[in-house]
Formats: sequence, C-alpha cells, structure tokens
Amino acid sequence: MSIENLIDDFSFLDGWEDRYRYLIELGNKLPHFSDTQKREEWKISGCQSQVWIIPHFEKNTIRFEGDSDAIIVRGIIAVVLEIFKDKSAQEILDIDVEEIFDKLGLREHITPNRRNGMLSMVDKIKYYAEQALKGQNEYSRISG
Amino acid sequence: MFDVYKIRKDFPILDRLIDGKRNVYLDTAASAQKPLAMLDRINNFYRDEYANVHRGSYYLSELATEAYEHARLTVKNFINARKPAEIIFTRSATEGINLVAATYGASILQNGDEVLLSRAEHHANLVTWQQWAKKTSASLKYFDLNADGSFSKENFESALSERTKIIAVTAMSNVLGTIFPIKEICKKAHSIGAKVLVDACQYAVHKKIDVQDFDCDFLAFSGHKVYGPTGIGVLYGKYDLLAQMPPYQYGGDMIEHVSFEETTFAMPPARFEAGTPAIAQAVGLAASLQYLMQFDFSAIEAYEAELTRYMSREMLNVNGLKIVGNIPDKGGVCSFSIQDIHPQDLAFVLGKEGVAVRTGHFCAEPLVNLLGYTSLARASLGIYSTKEDVDDFIKALYKAKSFFE
Repeated sequence: MSIENLIDDFSFLDGWEDRYRYLIELGNKLPHFSDTQKREEWKISGCQSQVWIIPHFEKNTIRFEGDSDAIIVRGIIAVVLEIFKDKSAQEILDIDVEEIFDKLGLREHITPNRRNGMLSMVDKIKYYAEQALKGQNEYSRISG
Repeated sequence: MFDVYKIRKDFPILDRLIDGKRNVYLDTAASAQKPLAMLDRINNFYRDEYANVHRGSYYLSELATEAYEHARLTVKNFINARKPAEIIFTRSATEGINLVAATYGASILQNGDEVLLSRAEHHANLVTWQQWAKKTSASLKYFDLNADGSFSKENFESALSERTKIIAVTAMSNVLGTIFPIKEICKKAHSIGAKVLVDACQYAVHKKIDVQDFDCDFLAFSGHKVYGPTGIGVLYGKYDLLAQMPPYQYGGDMIEHVSFEETTFAMPPARFEAGTPAIAQAVGLAASLQYLMQFDFSAIEAYEAELTRYMSREMLNVNGLKIVGNIPDKGGVCSFSIQDIHPQDLAFVLGKEGVAVRTGHFCAEPLVNLLGYTSLARASLGIYSTKEDVDDFIKALYKAKSFFE
C-alpha cells in the first residue's frame, strides 16, 4: 500500500458513504493501543475525540503509531500514517498533507478552517520532525 | 403571533443547502444564526451613520454615538436593568466574567474567602474563578447537582459559609439544560453577604431575563448567542457596585482627566470601556434584541419547551441513545450519547446529512468527565427550529446507526 494506491482506491469510491466505509476499513487494520500507550504525552490536544500519536525516532526515518477512540478518526490516522511512512524528518516537513487529502476527497477533515483537531495531529507529527532535525544538527555540531 | 415558518424567513442562512441537503442547524447553543434585521442594521450603520463614538462634535460622530448609546438602552430594556449605565459592552461574556473577577474579585477576595460555583459551569466561568481564586488565595468550592442533573437547594445551601464572598453560577447549563433558580440563589447569597454573578449565556436565548427580579449583582451574556453579532458581550452590574470597582483596562474613553503623572477615571459604564468599543457590533446586537422583543417571550418559551419535549421523546426512541440531563422544564439543549458510536463519528455522518450538532466537552470538561464521558454530542434549539429539523435529525441518527452497525 502506498499513498498513490490509496488515492487510486479513493478515486473509485462514489459519495461520502463509500469513502467513510473505506476509511473505517483502513482504521480497522490499525492495532489498538494498550492502556500504557495511551499516555498523556502522546495525546493530541484539541481533538473532539481522543487521539494518540507515538513517534519512534529511527536511524534515518521517524516511524509513527496512532490510535483514537473514534473509528472514522482511526481511518484518518491510518491515512496520515501512510502519508508519513518511511519518511525522513525533512521529507515529513516537505509533505503537503492538505493536497493529498484533497486528492482523497477528504479535504474537509484536514483543513485549518475545520478545527476538529485532525490538523493538530499533522502539526504534532511535523513538530516531531522539526525536533529530530534540530537534534541532528546538534549531533553534527558536537561530533563535527 | 408566533409563527416559526414566518420567523425562518428572517434567517437567510437557513435556506442554504448543505452539500445538497436541507440545512438542519441544531447548534444554536454554540452560536445562533442571524436575522436579516441585524444584517441590514449593521450594513446601514456602516453605510450611513459610521464614525467613532464619544469623540467628534460633527454630525456622523453624533449619529454613531446616538446609535451606540441607544444600543445600551435597548440592552437595558432587554434585561430590565435600572439604567443604561449599568450596561457595559464587552468583547464577550467571557470578558465580562473576567472583568468582574479582575476588578471586584481581586479587590475583595482575601486569603480564606470562598468563591462558590456549581459543578455545571462553562470554562468561561470556571477557569476564570479558578485562576483568580489562586491569585487571591481564596478557596474555590463547588456544589453538586442532583444525580438527574437538577439543581439541589440542599447542596447549594450546605456549600455556603460565612466566608462565601462570591457565587458565580450559570442560569442555564449548556450541557444539561438545567435552569438554575437564580432569584432564590441571590436571596440566599445576600442573606449571608455574598454577591452573585450570573452566566446568562444560554438562559438569554430561551428565557426572559429580569435582573431586578433576579436581584443578581452581576450578569453576563454574549451577543452571538442571542442572534447578535460576534465580538460583543454584555456585562450588567448593579450601579453602586460598578461605581466602586477599579478599571479593568486602561486607555482612551475611560478617563475623566489625564496629566503626565495622574489619571482620574470616568464613571461607569465608560470606566470599563477602554478604547474604541465594538460600535457596529453593539448596534447590531440591539437590532437582534429588538427583533427578539417583538415577540412575546412567553410564546418563545412555550414553543421551545414543546419542541424540546418532542425532540427528547423522539431521541429516546432511538435504540441505545441516552440523553444526559433530561429533567422536565429544562432549556432547549439535549446532550446525548449513542452506545458504541463515538460522538465525533456520529457528527461526521450527521454533518453529511446536513445536520449540525456539537460534539466534545462543550467547554465544560470537568462536568462531562464527572458524568462519565470524555465526549458527548449535543443538539440544541433556537427560535427558528422546527419539528422538521427534529425529524431530519432523527432520520440522520438512524442513518448513522445503520452506517456504523
């Protein structure tokens, strides 16, 4: 599964009902967090549902896990995780999520004018990427 | 004569389609839609009468000042204050409450004094007093409601003490719809020497406010919830109290005389309206209130009460749906949850069906958590809501249920 595949899949879906059903299907594939993973520090504030995103800083990429107590939101998280999968910090910062959600026909979920917190999730992911870049710079300064 | 279908014609936004669907607006408790009378008034005011107020001695400034002060008079009539000088225009109800806490609260509260709130307060009231209690070393106390969400006289009275200085309560809960007996609260409060601030944001939409009958010391409500513009709120205060209070903000238009070293401040309300006020918003608010006042408020109350009962009844027919706070005689809000469907998921589907409901904690997070939820959905009614709105909402609920099954 890649984001191009996803865009392709979504383009065959007519109307919101089919798109939402597919989103829910994608969400169902996400593993549920254990209670120990649902920590306050991983919680995204400003969402109308509870959303958790955990970053794993790996050698050249950042890997994310996510969960929510709302099922359509879990689908949105699945899409967001797909968008940012196997990406370096710089790549994460360069991605235009709104454009991709536009192509998926899900733009309403990720635009800043709909302050339902979905965008906070992307902001938090980009924040982690910024932190990682700063860390790297510091590392290169110290080691260099 | 109260004719809701005629009223709907006064609110142009209700006619627009939402993604091809009828606009079923059930979020009036968050913000109400606007009547043409207000839209036209603001437009005409900017076109024909606009200048800054209280300054120029030229024609337009006189017109604008007259319109602004007439708005104050309209608000005074709307809540039956004694005089226009008891009406302060603020940015929002939140600012009104902050004003009272930062001026009256900060000057009288001392270590050990108590501020009493109900468990059902909106963050505007709760957070403000929580923080000012910390700043002044006063202690913050809460009184519980009954399990069904109704006001408990017993809990309220037993939470009072000789150290209670301020009681800050909502007149109608934005989550439960519970109407608080403000008149009785004020009477009891005054008998122990405490002052009462009323958050009337929800109450003002549905019921007639009479500050003299309440005998409350302060009362705040927002413009946008009573079918008025955003960016304007009203703070009422008994004149003698306002006259003793220090300014909230400093600047132009709130002074009597200024030298390089000293300033003497104007009397209320000017003392509390530093800077250029929200002139057009005040004028627009007056137009909305005048619009409301053409109706007999008891007719509005009766219509909304009947529709609220109808909505509650229809909602409870939906399998697995639970209304949170469903006492008789509550205001027109129904907070609810549906078994196994997250409120946000529900709201996504309702939204696609053209139905606008609020989800989340409604800026009353402690109460929603206390009730055992992290999030709820809420349908709320306004003067323009109809049986058809309720029926479309219920249909959309069934659609959502089948969608998530």
